[in-house]
Amino acid sequence: MGANETGPIGQSVRRREDQRFLTGAGQYTDDVTMAREAYVYFLRSPHAHAKISGIDREEARTAPGVLAIYTGDDLVGVNGLPCGWLITGTDGKPMNEPPHPVLAKGKVRHVGDPVAMIVAESLHQAKDAAELIVVDYEILPAVVNGVDALKPGAPQIHDEAPGNRCYTWALGDKGAVDAAFAKAHHVSKVDIVNNRLVPNAIEPRAAVASYSRADESYTLYVTSQNPHVERLLMTAFVLGLPETKVRVIAPDVGGGFGSKIYLYAEETAMVWASKHVNRPLRWAAERSESFISDAHGRDHVTHAEMAVDKDGKFLALRVTTTANVGAYLSTFASCIPTILYATLLAGQYATPAIHCEVTAVFTNTVPVDAYRGAGRPEATYVVERVVHQVGVDLGLAQDEVRRRNFIRTFPYATPVALTYDIGNYDATLDEAMRLADVAGFPARRAEAAKRGKLRGLGYSSYIEACGLAPSNIAGALGARAGLYEAGQVRVNPTGGVTVFTGSHSHGQGHETTFAQIVAGRLGIDIGSVEVVHGDTGRIPFGMGTYGSRSLAVGGTAIVKALDKIVAKGKKIAAHLLEAAETDIEFADGKFTVAGTDRSKAFGEVALAAYVPHNYPLDKLEPGLDETAFYDPTNFTYPAGTHICEVEIDPETGQTSVVAFSACDDFGNVINPMIVEGQVHGGLAQGIGQALLEHCVYDRQSGQLLSGSLMDYALPRADDLPTFKVGTKVTPCTHNPLGAKGCGEAGAIGAPPALINAVLDALAAVGVKDIQMPASPHRVWQAIQAAKSGATVAA
Amino acid sequence: MSIPLSLSVNGKAVTADVDERTLLVEFLRHDLALTGTHVGCDTAQCGACTVLVDGRAIKSCNVLAAQVAGAKITTIEGLAGADGTLHPMQAAFKECHGLQCGFCTPGMVLGALDLVAHHPHADERTIREALEGNFCRCTGYQNIVKAVQTGAAAMAK
Amino acid sequence: MYSFDIRKADSVAAAAALIAQTGGRALAGGQSLIAAMKLRLAQPGTLVDLAGLTELQGIRRDGNALVIGAMTRHAEVAAAADVKAAIPALAALAEGIGDRQVRNMGTLGGSLANNDPAACYPAGVLGLGATVHTNRRTIAADDFFKGLYETALGDGELITQVSFPVPTKAAYVKFAQPASRFALVGVFVAQTGGGVRVAVTGAGPSVFRAKALEDALARTFTADAAKAVRIPATGLNSDLHGSAEYRAHLIPVLAARAVAALA
Repeated sequence: MGANETGPIGQSVRRREDQRFLTGAGQYTDDVTMAREAYVYFLRSPHAHAKISGIDREEARTAPGVLAIYTGDDLVGVNGLPCGWLITGTDGKPMNEPPHPVLAKGKVRHVGDPVAMIVAESLHQAKDAAELIVVDYEILPAVVNGVDALKPGAPQIHDEAPGNRCYTWALGDKGAVDAAFAKAHHVSKVDIVNNRLVPNAIEPRAAVASYSRADESYTLYVTSQNPHVERLLMTAFVLGLPETKVRVIAPDVGGGFGSKIYLYAEETAMVWASKHVNRPLRWAAERSESFISDAHGRDHVTHAEMAVDKDGKFLALRVTTTANVGAYLSTFASCIPTILYATLLAGQYATPAIHCEVTAVFTNTVPVDAYRGAGRPEATYVVERVVHQVGVDLGLAQDEVRRRNFIRTFPYATPVALTYDIGNYDATLDEAMRLADVAGFPARRAEAAKRGKLRGLGYSSYIEACGLAPSNIAGALGARAGLYEAGQVRVNPTGGVTVFTGSHSHGQGHETTFAQIVAGRLGIDIGSVEVVHGDTGRIPFGMGTYGSRSLAVGGTAIVKALDKIVAKGKKIAAHLLEAAETDIEFADGKFTVAGTDRSKAFGEVALAAYVPHNYPLDKLEPGLDETAFYDPTNFTYPAGTHICEVEIDPETGQTSVVAFSACDDFGNVINPMIVEGQVHGGLAQGIGQALLEHCVYDRQSGQLLSGSLMDYALPRADDLPTFKVGTKVTPCTHNPLGAKGCGEAGAIGAPPALINAVLDALAAVGVKDIQMPASPHRVWQAIQAAKSGATVAA
Repeated sequence: MSIPLSLSVNGKAVTADVDERTLLVEFLRHDLALTGTHVGCDTAQCGACTVLVDGRAIKSCNVLAAQVAGAKITTIEGLAGADGTLHPMQAAFKECHGLQCGFCTPGMVLGALDLVAHHPHADERTIREALEGNFCRCTGYQNIVKAVQTGAAAMAK
Repeated sequence: MYSFDIRKADSVAAAAALIAQTGGRALAGGQSLIAAMKLRLAQPGTLVDLAGLTELQGIRRDGNALVIGAMTRHAEVAAAADVKAAIPALAALAEGIGDRQVRNMGTLGGSLANNDPAACYPAGVLGLGATVHTNRRTIAADDFFKGLYETALGDGELITQVSFPVPTKAAYVKFAQPASRFALVGVFVAQTGGGVRVAVTGAGPSVFRAKALEDALARTFTADAAKAVRIPATGLNSDLHGSAEYRAHLIPVLAARAVAALA
């Protein structure tokens, strides 16, 4: 922060939002009540794939309390849900983009596909009525696995997508890669599955929609990470309403992790129906409903090969991936396994040539979209698993194989389209090894062996790209939206400051971090700063929170607005102090004439702006209220090394994470306490993916087998160790905060560290490969297979 | 159909006629507008709906209001002082950054109070195991564990 | 939830009569029943709430047996000094059921009457050779568990208490299913006056005794003896979390750990 580093910036200020959350005063969507509200229940497909030959709702319509029942055919003039990113395939053609109806039309394509919307006076009545609706399904064969769906003769899900293909897309120089492989000393290979995950924010999705006949406007309270994007997509693409007639409010939101970025069918149908029923409508997903309607994450099948020379230097990386996008394209589904995935395959390494081909495929499953990390965990998993394999194949220590290939000169242009501005990968690796007490590991392993247990150590040196940008380049790559952020700083006459941000907080603590930035820059008490977010009726047009962008992009927009405030304040102060504007300095909340003790406090300048009695009205508008839009010039590149230590019970296959150390470089940090909390949470989700979480569909019936928390294992407190975390700082070079983003790092870095540790432990019993999650059953099977010389299928 | 119900919530006597099907959490949220008690799952696992019934933590999404007739219920709204002064356990969650999105937090705090009542000097392992019935997706639990330890120590003073 | 009637009775006899008369179901702690009703998987027209029937509550030592009332909560069993002194394995088993909040509501009788294939209590009852007392009769544990969610209880028959003979020693080892934390496999091993008993939950459609393990441990009560036993996978459960072969493998492994814990 340089000269601006004052006051609370860099301090672990306790969170200002906590008081309401700790006293039950938080206001989440399902806490909002309205007079005359009615309840909505969605009847969903019990089948993975079926034709609808008829829907009989006559009996349901007259059931007690029923106000309306809608099916796909009733939604006249309502378009399908859009996808926000157009990918152009290797054949030069745009991706296949089949319609995504709000309510099913003629066909259902996954278990949970909404078929009818029931509106009733009570939820019990709505559910009772749903049971009276008779849907005539003609069941079709289903396919749920991405690789299966590409096989000849696989069930066809959309007429618009022959062979179930959405696109085949590639990045990198194939010729250079082929040439490098031809002269390689050795090729290390991995076949990996990035397991499908269900985000499971603890607050289920919910919506309350209402319509006002007075001004023909709609208000939607919804669990969203980005209310303006929600409104834009819903009005412009689906409902054909003027944006000005829809206000979207995302109040307190109980976690998102990506799953609340998207425009979903439920709230869209509810906004439409609120006018037709002329009653406020409410809906909250039950958890089992979340499992079959929230966008899922990951689900890649990948083959990767690294060509190396005799010294373990990487020559080229070749990657082929099948990405399962589910039954329909969710809002950002198409860019996750492409733009946010293949571009990260350089990792922290100076691999000179990289080529990646991705085929995105439709299946009879819930749509897949961004989930914490979104493409970058998948890329990191590929890179760090193959790097681990290189170390094993060449007999190099895992830190050594990484050091031999680290990028050390910046800026660095990768062969996969990105330019890293800065980093110090040796520093984070060294610190992670110190935190993990790598030197003491052999003794710990020997001690565990005496108890019949297998210990392993796994490394992951990850990189991520945050703050997706700039808009013009993203646009050239197919983005259908901008990627800037907006911030408005309104200084009130008595000196209090209201900050309006387009970023959205659903756990990240913006009300504290953003207030720290403002208080620090203006030299005022943090208590006089109010942060407003999440309401299209109040904030400037903002893009919301995803991709660890809030501080680097949203925070910078606020800084830019603050720059304008200070610049105008200097003009006012110059007038009040009868000095030249160029002689005015601003620091510690005071405008001072340079080299003198003559000054005006920030509050005095603010008052003068609003009570302009002594004011240069001929040259300057009154008021002190500035807005800035910030469109970054580049991504930011947080990076670090994570080291996981596991102990495996070979008799049961149980893996315990006994230690986890992470050293990250997030650039400059505004609130270390909040950043550390973000790391902890990310690590828990990353460990969850590698050890516990697995979304499984039955390969024949297409039924979701892990459809509740009874079968989908979320990490609990006793599944996790006490994390050892540290940071090293190389400030981002292209934003004024020097910040890079921290929200996703844990989820990106952790999975390969854990799996590499499991492989390190199991090497002693001959196991060479294992897929996520490393469940006890799977580990036991791998050990049995190694004993018998067989290999285990994924 | 409905049944009469009387019980005490946060020290106040409450009498109501409720549908037999009313879950305790529905009664608290809808009838009493105590929306601090949350619903996060439908299999009685996540613990966001945890409240104290006669001092014992239970999952209010998996209990009928009729089952707790006559009981004393404590919800998250009943912990802080009238002037907003936080209960030591609430204060510890703030001090230790034991919450992010806040959705699991009320259940977490009430679960912690039940835990501390039984294990006032619990070590880290015991606390982690005792939090089995409360899921958090944001914090990775580390700061929650720290908060429970800090809160327990403050309560012992 | 479908609509239902909820009733209370002032005695076990009256409760049983109400259930018989209405064709309803007994409501104990409700931790499984209410969850099933919420998902519309259970549809009782009448619930008869057993809470408050003092004759169904309490823990007492009766000669060489521990007698626990059907409505005793898991948390009470886990914490009871009498249980910890007489059958610590039973207290530990109760401490491992569900989670803190579920243990504060769930009851012994409710768990047994439900007979979830992955529940812990059936393993304790069968492993200890307990006797289930009902409002009509007594049923030996060996005759009580009939199959998947199926017991010997007749219509309107209510568990009143369970009498656990105090074993020489006993231990229960549960290997948890990672998501639900129910038993993927749980093995209860007891040395009793009548010989060694080994009860297995989670692995089959209902709790069962592992005769091969009982025989092996009757010969030599050592972990190695348990570990040497091979359990066939035939008829065992297979699901997302473990194949029948895996469960079959875990049974002797967990039995050996139970024996080792008693050494």
